[in-house]
Amino acid sequence: MATGRIGIIDYGMGNLHSAAKALEHVAGGAEVIVSSDPDVIRATDRILLPGVGAIRDCMGEIRRLGFDQLVRESVKEKPVLAICVGIQALMDFSEENEGVDCLGLFPGKVRFFGHSLTDESGEKLKVPHMGWNRVKQSIRHPLWQDIPDNARFYFVHSYYVEAERAEQVAGECTYGVPFAAALYSKNLFAVQFHPEKSQKAGLQLLKNFVYWDGES
Amino acid sequence: MALAKRIIPCLDVDNGRVVKGVKFVEIRDAGDPVEIAKRYDEQGADEITFLDITASHEDRDTMVHVVEEIASQVFIPLTVGGGIRALEDIRRMLNAGADKVTINTAAVNNPELVREAAEKFGSQCIVVAIDAKKVSLPGEPNRWEIFTHGGRKKTGLDAIEWAKKMVNLGAGEILLTSMDRDGTKIGFDLELTRGISDAVTVPVIASGGVGNLEHLAEGVLKGKADAVLAASIIHFGEYTVQEAKDFMTAKGIEMRDLY
Repeated sequence: MATGRIGIIDYGMGNLHSAAKALEHVAGGAEVIVSSDPDVIRATDRILLPGVGAIRDCMGEIRRLGFDQLVRESVKEKPVLAICVGIQALMDFSEENEGVDCLGLFPGKVRFFGHSLTDESGEKLKVPHMGWNRVKQSIRHPLWQDIPDNARFYFVHSYYVEAERAEQVAGECTYGVPFAAALYSKNLFAVQFHPEKSQKAGLQLLKNFVYWDGES
Repeated sequence: MALAKRIIPCLDVDNGRVVKGVKFVEIRDAGDPVEIAKRYDEQGADEITFLDITASHEDRDTMVHVVEEIASQVFIPLTVGGGIRALEDIRRMLNAGADKVTINTAAVNNPELVREAAEKFGSQCIVVAIDAKKVSLPGEPNRWEIFTHGGRKKTGLDAIEWAKKMVNLGAGEILLTSMDRDGTKIGFDLELTRGISDAVTVPVIASGGVGNLEHLAEGVLKGKADAVLAASIIHFGEYTVQEAKDFMTAKGIEMRDLY
């Protein structure tokens, strides 16, 4: 049975209801705490960094509330899962909003899909990348446990992660260009898709996170 | 291996109960929104859309509670439309657990709302609903116009130009309904769907006129829709979402399988 407390970082950027409800759904005995106070989050056993919206506002609020420092500290000692804009916030830099410096926990950039994205047969691809796409698991990881390789997850994003270090890629997706759908490093796991909206596969990933003790 | 096309059950909700208006006039009760959402989730629906057709403002609180309840039990994307007129309405629905909201008449009355909403909440959650009707005469080049108030009010706005404008203002997706086809069961207006889909960079959801599974497949293959809205075809037990997906897969359309 899962125990302890899961802290969801609330930096005011929208809907945390879904993430909180999905975690509660799979959390067993664990308690889910949503807070904008870094001290409250610091006292939890594992941390979820969600993200919705534009990166400049996200980074602004993350820094203003002191969550940049909290995330840097936390990844040294406990499991941290970042979702959607959360993964983008962990990179060095994002092209969005004329360029925004991010937390730099993963080397690499966040890039725009562009206005003339096409698939391999030359068909126009719509941006945002919205809907269910396949994620190829690049490595074995506790967070992929009981999830079939190439399972579909729900994505909605216009910017994608270009990881500098291939050995940090945990999952790959292709939408006109190949991109990192999941990254990992020790206690940190980050995904571009929304597990809280990805039905069975997503709930399984969240459940795996709740039972994960970090490192891999 | 690519992005799957989506099937999105659409439920009309009046004061907390699911109904389906045919041609927006006749209304039939089809049950509890939470139970129906769960059933569609189990059948493999890729998202669910709720249109709140509640007339009175006070009863809108009911919809907020319905959304909260569904979002606690169904873990696929939820879209809510109907009565979204201001940033505050959007915030309430997103906080209740909606992932996207659709803006319809309010976008026509105040296009800036779309820009403000996209800036505030992100384009990914702003769906602009377009109700279009063909206004060109036989023999003339195709032309469709935007109608509001359930198809009763003509605006004079060209549908394709309007869709482009909405995307430029920040709409992340277009929900396109053919008012000529809605409730007819003779299939989507494929020329309209394709016209809009080719004109914009964002995904287009086709709606209005579905009577059989072939129509759903045509919406994607000929209309170039990224997603199809399904209402009465699945609400009254004619087909399940899974049957619709199996049919579309057999037509060569990439769909999400349950596992």
